[in-house]
Amino acid sequence: MNRFSWWKYAILGVALLVGLLYTVPNLYGEAPAVQVSSGKATVKVQADLAVRVQQALDAAGLKPDFVQFEGTSVRARFSDTDLQIKAKDTITRALNPDPADPSYIVALNLVSRSPEWMGKLRALPMYLGLDLRGGVHFLMQVDMKSALTKKAEALTGDIRTLLRDKNIRHTGISRDGNVVEVRFRDAATAQTGQNLLTDQLPDLQWTQLAEGGEVRLTGALKPAAAQRVQEQAVKQNITTLHNRVNELGVAEPVIQQQGADRVVVQLPGVQDTAKAKDIIGRTATLEIRMVNESTEARDAERGSGPVPFGSERYVERGGQSIIVFRQVILTGENLTDAQPGFDGQTQEPTVNLTLDAKGARIFRDVTRDNVGKRMAILLFEKGKGEVVTAPVIRAEIGGGRVQISGRMTTAEATDQALLLRAGSLAAPMEIIEERTIGPSLGAENIQMGYNSVIYGFLAIAVFMCAYYLLFGVFSSLALAFNLLLLVAMLSMLQATLTLPGMAAIALTLGMAIDANVLINERVREELRGGAPPQLAIQVGYERAFATILDSNITTLIAGVSLLAFGSGPVRGFAVVHCLGILTSMFSSVMFSRGLVNLWYGRQKKLKSVSIGQVWRPDGAAGMIRRDTPDAPDAPSAKA
Amino acid sequence: MEFFRIKRDIPFMRHALVLNAVSFITFAAAVFFLTTRGLHLSIEFTGGTLIEVEYSEMADINRTRATVEALGFGEVQVQKFGTSRDVLIRLPVRGDVKQADVAGGVFAALCKAESGSVAIKQYTTPQGEQVSRPSCSNAAGAEPLRLMRTEFVGPSVGSELARDGALALGVTVLGIMAYLAFRFEWKFAVAGIVANLHDVIIILGFFAFFQWEFSLAVLAAVLAVLGYSVNESVVIFDRVRETFRRFRRLSPHEVIDHAITSTMSRTIITHGSTLMMVLSMFFFGGPTLHYFSIALSIGILFGIYSSIFVAAGIAMWLGVKREDLVKTSAKDIDPNDPNAGAVV
Repeated sequence: MNRFSWWKYAILGVALLVGLLYTVPNLYGEAPAVQVSSGKATVKVQADLAVRVQQALDAAGLKPDFVQFEGTSVRARFSDTDLQIKAKDTITRALNPDPADPSYIVALNLVSRSPEWMGKLRALPMYLGLDLRGGVHFLMQVDMKSALTKKAEALTGDIRTLLRDKNIRHTGISRDGNVVEVRFRDAATAQTGQNLLTDQLPDLQWTQLAEGGEVRLTGALKPAAAQRVQEQAVKQNITTLHNRVNELGVAEPVIQQQGADRVVVQLPGVQDTAKAKDIIGRTATLEIRMVNESTEARDAERGSGPVPFGSERYVERGGQSIIVFRQVILTGENLTDAQPGFDGQTQEPTVNLTLDAKGARIFRDVTRDNVGKRMAILLFEKGKGEVVTAPVIRAEIGGGRVQISGRMTTAEATDQALLLRAGSLAAPMEIIEERTIGPSLGAENIQMGYNSVIYGFLAIAVFMCAYYLLFGVFSSLALAFNLLLLVAMLSMLQATLTLPGMAAIALTLGMAIDANVLINERVREELRGGAPPQLAIQVGYERAFATILDSNITTLIAGVSLLAFGSGPVRGFAVVHCLGILTSMFSSVMFSRGLVNLWYGRQKKLKSVSIGQVWRPDGAAGMIRRDTPDAPDAPSAKA
Repeated sequence: MEFFRIKRDIPFMRHALVLNAVSFITFAAAVFFLTTRGLHLSIEFTGGTLIEVEYSEMADINRTRATVEALGFGEVQVQKFGTSRDVLIRLPVRGDVKQADVAGGVFAALCKAESGSVAIKQYTTPQGEQVSRPSCSNAAGAEPLRLMRTEFVGPSVGSELARDGALALGVTVLGIMAYLAFRFEWKFAVAGIVANLHDVIIILGFFAFFQWEFSLAVLAAVLAVLGYSVNESVVIFDRVRETFRRFRRLSPHEVIDHAITSTMSRTIITHGSTLMMVLSMFFFGGPTLHYFSIALSIGILFGIYSSIFVAAGIAMWLGVKREDLVKTSAKDIDPNDPNAGAVV
C-alpha cells in the first residue's frame, strides 16, 4: 500500500534535478571580470561590442574565459586578477582612444565562476544584496508637487500664446499652485476662450465663475494628466540618474522606481557617498550660452589665435571647436521638456524645447537682442562640456516654446532631445534614506548568515536522526531537499539575497521540520495503538497532512501580509518565508513519503519500522485506548 | 528514544484558572512596561542617522561619545556593537542640519580625534572588485578606525514604516481569525488569536522592559511568530475536534486535556527544533540578527505556553461543545477511519 506510482517518483526526480541545477551556480563562487558599459547617453552597447572587446584582447594576447554580451553591457571573465587588470587597461585603450572623454565605462567586476552552459540555461547564482556585498543605497523621493507646478507653469505660457494668437482678450492670467486662472471681461469672451482652450489643451479641466463683472476661468490638471506628468517625471529622473551614475564608473548600478514617487539607487562597491551624492544631486548639467562671433573668436576657432577674454573653447559634437561666452543664460533647471518633432512648413526634423516661465522670459529678452547671432546649448558630462547644438536665432522667441531645426536627421533629433532631457531632472529629488555598507562587513554578513543556516540545520538533523532513527534520516533528507528547492527557486527568480533573507531561510527550515515531526509522531502513535507498520505509515501520513496544511496556511497568511506591507529588508524576508512554506509542503510531505515508500513500500511482511522507541504505558494497548471509542450510535450524554 | 512517557492525560484544564491568571499577570506587566517605558524604536522607524565604525584597537567609548557630542547633534547614543572594537553611533533627526552630510562629518571628527585624516581610498579587492571608500589614516599610515556602515532614514519614511507595520499586524490577525473561524469555529478563532496576541504583547513587553532595539527585522520576527504559534493552536484544535468525534463520553475539558496530552510530544519537539535553528542564528548570526533571534526565541517559548495553557483554556471558557465541531447530521465516524474497526 505504501507505493508511489512511477510518475510521482518522476516528479520528485525532476524536482531534484532542477533543484540541483539551479542551486549549484551559487556554490561556484565568483571570478574576476571586466565589464564594459555605455559611458554616454548617446553610446549604445550592442552585440558587436563583444566582438570588439574580443579582438582587443586577442591582439594583446590575453585569453578570457569568455566574452559575453548581456543586456546593456559586455562582460569578459578571467581566471585571475592579474589578467583582469591587464585586460582592463587593454580594453580601455582600445575602446576609449581619448582617455579624457571616454565613451565606454570599463570597470572591474565579479561574475559567477559557473560554467557557461549553466548561464545559457539561466541557471545563475542569486544576486547578493548590498548588505552582503558592500555599497551605497539611496532612496530618493521625487518632489511631485513641483513636477505638477512645472507643468502648470508651462501650460500658463501655452495659454497666453494661444489666446494672443486667436486675439481673445483677457484681463490677466495667473497660476496658483497647479491651478491656472484666466480672467475675462465678459461671459461671451470667456466662452470663446474656454472653447479654444478645451480644444487645444486637453489636459486641463475648465470651470467658469462669474464674479463682480468679471468672468474667471479656472483650469485644473485632469487626474489622468496629473498622473501622466508624475509618471513621466519619475521616468525622466531615472534616465537622468542613469547618465549621472555612469560618471561613477560602477559596474552594476541599480536604479529602479519604488512605489509611485520614489527611486532607489544602489551602487555596489562604492563607499564614497559624498562623491556619489554630489553627482546624483546635481541640479543642472545643461547650459545655454551665447556664441562669441567676434573676429578674435573666429581666429581662436580656427586655432590661429588665443581664446578671447571672458570666453571658453568647447568642442561641437561634429568635432569642430566653438568659442562661447562664459556667461550662462539659462540652465537645465529652466528646461521643462525636449522632444523631437517636425517643422510644420519645411517638414524638417526638429527638436522642440519647452521652457518654464522664468526661462521663457529670459529667453525672449535674449533672443530679441540677438537676432541673427548664434547661441550654444552645452551639456556637461563628467565635468566636461560639449556643445550639443549651436543654432542661429532667427527671430524673437516668446512663450517658452523653442524649435531648433536644420541640418539634422530624425535620429539625430531624437538623440539631441534625449541629451537635452538628460541634462535636467523633471522634478527635484531628496534623499530620504541612505545606507552604506563596508565591503568587509558584507563579507562578514555572508559568513554569519551561512553559518547560522548550516549549524542550525546540522543540529536539527542530528537530533532528528537520534530521536526518530531511520525516519529521522528521511526527515533530515527532506529538510535538505527543502533547502535545495528554496535556494533553486530563489536563484530562478534571480532574487536578491540579503541578510534578512538568509535569516528567513534558516527560520523556514526550523519551521519546516514541524511537518515531519507531526508525521513521525502520528506514525508512532498509530504503532502505539497497535496498528501494523505499513498501515501505521499510511495512516500517519494521511492524518498528519490535514494538520500540516492548516498550520502552513496560517503561517502563509502572516507571510503574505508581510509581503504586502513590508518594505526593503522585510520584503526580502517575506519573499523567502512564503516560498519556503510552499517548498516545505512539497518536500516534507511528498519527498519524505517517497523515501519511506522506496525503503519500506516493497516489503510485504513488514515487522517493524525504524522510527525510534515506541513506548507503551504498561505494555497496554496504548494511551489512546484508555477510553474506548464509543459506538457510533451511543448517546453523547456528557457533551 | 522517547521523551514523553505519559500514562494518563494530564489534567491541564483543572489548573486552567491559575494558569490563565498567570498569563493575565504577565500580559498586564507587558502592557504596563509598554506604556510606561515604550519601545526603543530603531532609526528605521524614528528617522535619524546611524554610523558604525570599527577601531583597530579597543574603542574608548567615552572619547568617542565626547567627540560626537561636541558636534552638537542633540541626543546622541554611542554604544559597543558586537565586539569591543565596534562602536555604533545613533544621531536623531534635526530639522536644521542637512541629514545627508551628517555621517561624513561625524566620521571626519572621529578620525581627527584619533589624529588621522580622511581621504578617499581606491583599490581592488583580492577577488577583483573595484572599491572606493573614505578611509582614515594617521601619520604612520595605519588606519585607526574604519567606517563600516552608515544609515540615514528620513522622518517621513519612518512614520510610513510604522504605519505599514501596524497594518501588516492587523491584516495578519484578521486573516488568521477568518481562517480559523472558517476551518473550525468562531470560539477557536477567538481563543487562538487571543492566545497569540498575548505572545506578541509579551515579546513587545520584553523589548520595552530591557529597552532592546525594536527594528524592522524584529517586527518581521514578531509577525513570523504570530503565524507560527497559531500553528500550535491549530494542531491542538485539530485534535480536539478529532477527540470529540471519537470519544463521545468525554466532557469538553477531558477532551481538551486529551488533545493537549497527545500533541504535547510533537509540540515540544517541533518547537525545540525551531528553537535550535533560532539559537544557531543567535550564536552565529552576529549582531545584526541578535534581536531578531531574541524576539523569535521568546516568541517560540511563549508560543508553547500559550497554545497549551491559554488557547485551549479560552476555548473552554467560551464553552466549546461537541456540537460546535461535529455536525450532528453527518456521519460521526469516518468509514475509512482505521480505528473505527477497533470498537469493542
